[in-house]
Amino acid sequence: MSAAVLQNGGVLPLAQLEVRAFDAFAEELRREVAAQGRISALFATPAGEQFDLFALIARDWQGQLALLRTRVGARYPSLTPALPQVHLFEREIAEQYGLVPEGHLWFKPLRFHASGTGHDAWGRDPRRHPLVGELEYYRVAGEEVHEVAVGPVHAGIIEPGHFRFQCHGEQVMHLEISLGYQHRAIEMQLPSAHPLARVQRLEAAAGDTSIGHATAYALICEALGEASAPPRAQAIRGLALELERLANHVGDIGGLATDVGFLPTASFCGRIRGDYLNLSAEICGSRFGRGLVRPGGVAFDVEASRAEHMLERLESVARDTQGALEIFFDSPSVLARLEGTGRVRVEDAEALGLVGVAARACGLAVDARLHHPQGAYVGTFDHVVIEESGDVFARARVRRREINDSLAWVRRALRDLPAGYLRRRLAPPAAECLAVALVEGWRGELVHVALTDGQGRLSRYKIVDPSFRNWSGLAMALRGEQISDFPLCNKSFNLSYCGFDL
Amino acid sequence: MLKILRERLRQGRRTYPYPQQEPVLPERFRGRPQFFPERCPPGCRACLDGCPYGALQVRDGLPCIDLGLCLFCGECAASCSAAALTFTRDHRLAARCREDLLCGAEEPRLAAALDARMKKLFGRSLKLRQVSAGGCNACEADLNVLGTLVFDLGRFGIQFVASPRHADGILVTGPVTENMKGALLDTYAAVPAPKLVIASGACAIGGGPFRGSPEAHDGIGDLLPVDLYIPGCPPHPWTALDGLLRLLGRL
Repeated sequence: MSAAVLQNGGVLPLAQLEVRAFDAFAEELRREVAAQGRISALFATPAGEQFDLFALIARDWQGQLALLRTRVGARYPSLTPALPQVHLFEREIAEQYGLVPEGHLWFKPLRFHASGTGHDAWGRDPRRHPLVGELEYYRVAGEEVHEVAVGPVHAGIIEPGHFRFQCHGEQVMHLEISLGYQHRAIEMQLPSAHPLARVQRLEAAAGDTSIGHATAYALICEALGEASAPPRAQAIRGLALELERLANHVGDIGGLATDVGFLPTASFCGRIRGDYLNLSAEICGSRFGRGLVRPGGVAFDVEASRAEHMLERLESVARDTQGALEIFFDSPSVLARLEGTGRVRVEDAEALGLVGVAARACGLAVDARLHHPQGAYVGTFDHVVIEESGDVFARARVRRREINDSLAWVRRALRDLPAGYLRRRLAPPAAECLAVALVEGWRGELVHVALTDGQGRLSRYKIVDPSFRNWSGLAMALRGEQISDFPLCNKSFNLSYCGFDL
Repeated sequence: MLKILRERLRQGRRTYPYPQQEPVLPERFRGRPQFFPERCPPGCRACLDGCPYGALQVRDGLPCIDLGLCLFCGECAASCSAAALTFTRDHRLAARCREDLLCGAEEPRLAAALDARMKKLFGRSLKLRQVSAGGCNACEADLNVLGTLVFDLGRFGIQFVASPRHADGILVTGPVTENMKGALLDTYAAVPAPKLVIASGACAIGGGPFRGSPEAHDGIGDLLPVDLYIPGCPPHPWTALDGLLRLLGRL
């Protein structure tokens, strides 16, 4: 029997999801990945004395999401040796519930919090809070080998994280990224939270992806409530999501310009990013789109006069954007710094399951707007931007081309907003069900999965932010590079700390 | 090079003439709330029931909003059919004392300037070390924006610096996660005295949307002595700039 198959935004009664023997589950998972499936999520939830493991596989070219389920005890054979893309998921499960994946190759804590079951997979004292960053770092020894440790508090106004470089002279042999400083226990807290607090916590799960996470949560609620948002609301969500992408992509090009010392674009883009944020604020009053997306629809309308005003402003911002990008990509000194720096090989990107800009810059066609479209993207998004070289240049160019595409999409959406109402009342959530939602946030694929109990209450909520997958990509990009290229490589990924630590 | 110069000329000068000119905020921007308690229908609790953080309270029989807990989501105003509660476009929200963040029908108490000695020390040159202690990156992003040429923080003598040793104070964002508590206190200890502490954003003031999380501390109130509170989720850059300039007695 094959896996249960859903579409994006779909819901499935748990009873229809067969609990397989672990060996069959592992075998099926390997078969899916061999057939170009991507493991979008792997998570556990308690089932009596044991634990249910769920795997969500994205079959991109079929537009399908396949689900597999198995039941395990406190120890199970690790899937990581055969499937490197689950290495962090298994560490996460171990940390959350104390399950031990036997034979995991890199078995360390991720976020440094106590397990929810009182069992600690690493045998740490369950009575005291784990010490953040306390783990055995990978170390290289030898003459001229040295270690550079950076963080958690960095030099700029950015979130905290810790980086350990193993260097031979200036050359980085290995970078280990140790995070967890931003862990706020969102996933575990969501089921018991006030409904409004849920969406607000998700808006702040990664603050620069408020629209992305809020949309994914809304899709989950709508799947469980068996209704979709009205077309006008879907268009406004798409509009806000593309404005979020524009603001961040433009800001990132500005960041790259800063890091290569190209000041005109650095200065222009810093301001233009704000212009896009201000366009979001025209819709809902918040520069980050807070308060806009709500289950069942949106809380603010874009009336005809507002759309017209936004279009006018968009044209002037778009002209400034094009000017700032053109001089950046036309400067040989800039290109010389970007080309060939921080290269990730396509095999590594695939094995690690990278998503979003980082994956598309390595030649992987991964874009939920194309493969798993929802809302206003259905029928309006027909191609995916791909670059092949996998370096900082490729990641910059993916952003540039996506900026052009997003501008075209936003223009079209503003000119052609469907008529109708903004919000639909949802039925009480279905009981004993599982719902999935994929949203292509500006960094990459956001995955939300919800399980409900017999009364239709949330019993488990799983969030996979693109940063969860892509931090490993940054570590790979640094191999063999000069340590002085770290800021540039880091900026080209621009990953979220709290999206990882949630 | 010519292309760069041409683009530079085309984009022109964009620094906003603040504080000579007040900023214009979007029509739907939610700044300082305004109450009309006389419009409240008797026994109506519609607005109170909607706020999951207890930001909207009844004190001495009158409604008020604790701006330190408020996320400015506007759900309370949306649920009020009598228009007894609205959010104005007033971006000036920062205060020196926690109690001054209680916003009711009376006149707002905006942040007062530092005392003469501190003002003499910091009034013309203030260096701050920013610590993100669980901030979601929205507060951080809108603080970074202060460095861009629209706001141009540097012209007021205020600067964010890389080391606490170079700083006159710290500006904290985030609810203070358990995992950042140590690093936050270490950073504070590394700043030479006398020093300032600024809590920016709903998280740093009262935990924000993460209020009550077992992995966070509901803000810095119990950990450090706070000199300035800047409300918002995240605070608008104008709100933050207004607070900083008031603290230095420059507004």
